[in-house]
Amino acid sequence: MLRIEQLSYEIKGHRVLKDISLQVRKGEVVALLGANGAGKSTLMRLISGELKPTSGSIMLLDKRIDKYDGKTLARSRAMLSQQHAINMAYTVKELVIMGRYPHFQSSPSTRDWKIVEETMAICGITDFADRVYLSLSGGEQQRVQLARVLSQLWDNPDALLLLDEPISALDLHYQQKVLSIAKNLSRLGFMVLVILHDVNMASLYADRIIMLKNGRKWLDGTPNEVLNSKNIYTIFSVESLINIDNHSLKPHIIFKEMRVDPQFFNIQTIKTYVDKK
Amino acid sequence: MILKQRIILLTLLIIMVLTAIISLGLGAFNIPTKEVFIALANKIGLSQNTNADEMYADVLFAIRMPRVLLGMLVGAALGISGAAIQGIFRNPLAEPGLIGISAGASLFAVLIIAFETLLFVGLSELLGYYLLAFGAFAGAGLTAFAVYQISKKNGHPNITTMLLAGIAINALAGALTGLMTYMATEQQLRTITFWMLGSLGGATWENLGAIFPFILLPLACLPFFGKALNAFALGEDQAALLGINTDYTKRWVVLFSTLAVGASVAVSGIIGFIGLLVPHTVRLLGGVDYRYVLIGSMLLGAMILTLADVLSRTFVAPIELPIGVITALLGTPVFLYILIKENK
Repeated sequence: MLRIEQLSYEIKGHRVLKDISLQVRKGEVVALLGANGAGKSTLMRLISGELKPTSGSIMLLDKRIDKYDGKTLARSRAMLSQQHAINMAYTVKELVIMGRYPHFQSSPSTRDWKIVEETMAICGITDFADRVYLSLSGGEQQRVQLARVLSQLWDNPDALLLLDEPISALDLHYQQKVLSIAKNLSRLGFMVLVILHDVNMASLYADRIIMLKNGRKWLDGTPNEVLNSKNIYTIFSVESLINIDNHSLKPHIIFKEMRVDPQFFNIQTIKTYVDKK
Repeated sequence: MILKQRIILLTLLIIMVLTAIISLGLGAFNIPTKEVFIALANKIGLSQNTNADEMYADVLFAIRMPRVLLGMLVGAALGISGAAIQGIFRNPLAEPGLIGISAGASLFAVLIIAFETLLFVGLSELLGYYLLAFGAFAGAGLTAFAVYQISKKNGHPNITTMLLAGIAINALAGALTGLMTYMATEQQLRTITFWMLGSLGGATWENLGAIFPFILLPLACLPFFGKALNAFALGEDQAALLGINTDYTKRWVVLFSTLAVGASVAVSGIIGFIGLLVPHTVRLLGGVDYRYVLIGSMLLGAMILTLADVLSRTFVAPIELPIGVITALLGTPVFLYILIKENK
């Protein structure tokens, strides 16, 4: 279990996260929702160990994460980030095998290679295993990174998988597929914590939704409990209607068209710019 | 490492050994390759050929062999350090000079050349001929240490700060070097210029023995950082998520590179371009996996510097051209050719 207690994070006197307590249990997909700047990514980076909390504790499998040694932690926790900063011409296969780095000393075993093949197959990248990563499209690159992260944990169903906006660069098919992979892994025992912007996807694939607002935990519950028009307006300032889907019995959110204040588009002002040209 | 990369490494190793053996015979005084083999076989006791020419053997063992070995050591050191520094900076344009090693070595070398008789009399008596080498090595170490310390943020070395601190320290050392040069006499200027252009002319068995441990240690240890540097290519945060100890990696890569390059600069002066050109060529040959690039850069660096030294001592023999001039003069067009070909 991932257990976070009274976690706070400050940077230069500004409190980005305030007293967050939450849990992710084995076999559960938890979606983290919130507006830009609500603290979702910061929370993720605290759990990944990239940032150090100002106060509070993060326990993974009943042990504080700062008490783990790097390799053991890498075998029980992996994270897919939003941004990737590769500038060398690595091939897809070379990158995916890096996910196995915590598992071997100098050269990968046949088991490592088998796991790499399996994760590449499930992410649909087997066909370009030998291509250079930098020559791929954004969505394809994202799937390569996912395959790498999955290989890191593939043989440890007690592990925690962190996904920071995993579907933002993907087409419709792979958006569904990636979340379905996450859900299937959770059914094997994995803990999955995923940041999403698409509330309907969260409704469809998450077992539980946690909503953040201004660095605080605002809501925590099943999709049916938390996804209503009032909560969505509170978190995102958008108006919506909620239908309950007949098949899944889960909420489906229909958004109303947003109207931006017309004073921003004053034709007289724009005309003066045109005239000046 | 894939099969293709293993084959390239094996090929590089064979070519490097052949280059070294052939270059033993070449110079102002030529020794036929056959005689080189005979002398070598006699030395290691494989044969007892009594017809062997004594003079060939003398030149070979007293002059050529230390020089060729020095060239190989220095080339290997510059090549592998270049690759390793590019790895931690995550930038193919980085080279050991970036963290101030060469600039620091130059500053101290110039300081000693210009003020030996004034300031360093005691030291000069103690170290004698080695004073210059010792000074350059100390300068390299001090500047790299300063850059490393300045780059620390909350106790952890920060790569961006290290880059900026390196540039700043380089500029400062450059300015001070310029000031010394301005105050130097004509004769000292000539010494400074030749030192900065690099030469393997000072190769003796004693020199070789003095720098051997400083270069051998990095050559033996840096290849083990292949996995960590690959992970660095994903970004430092990602490397940490893969269980790599990033602080440990940065500390030791910087330390080993400083040792290797500092020792090289101390005996051979500034030999430019190897640290940049060699790793890049190795990547173009067989890929970017650091487990391959580090070893490949060591082998190719050794080979290229051996070749460059042959040219430096045969091109206008018996006069020797500075080796730094040769590496830049011949290295650049080859490098540009590979780049242009790669882009097409």
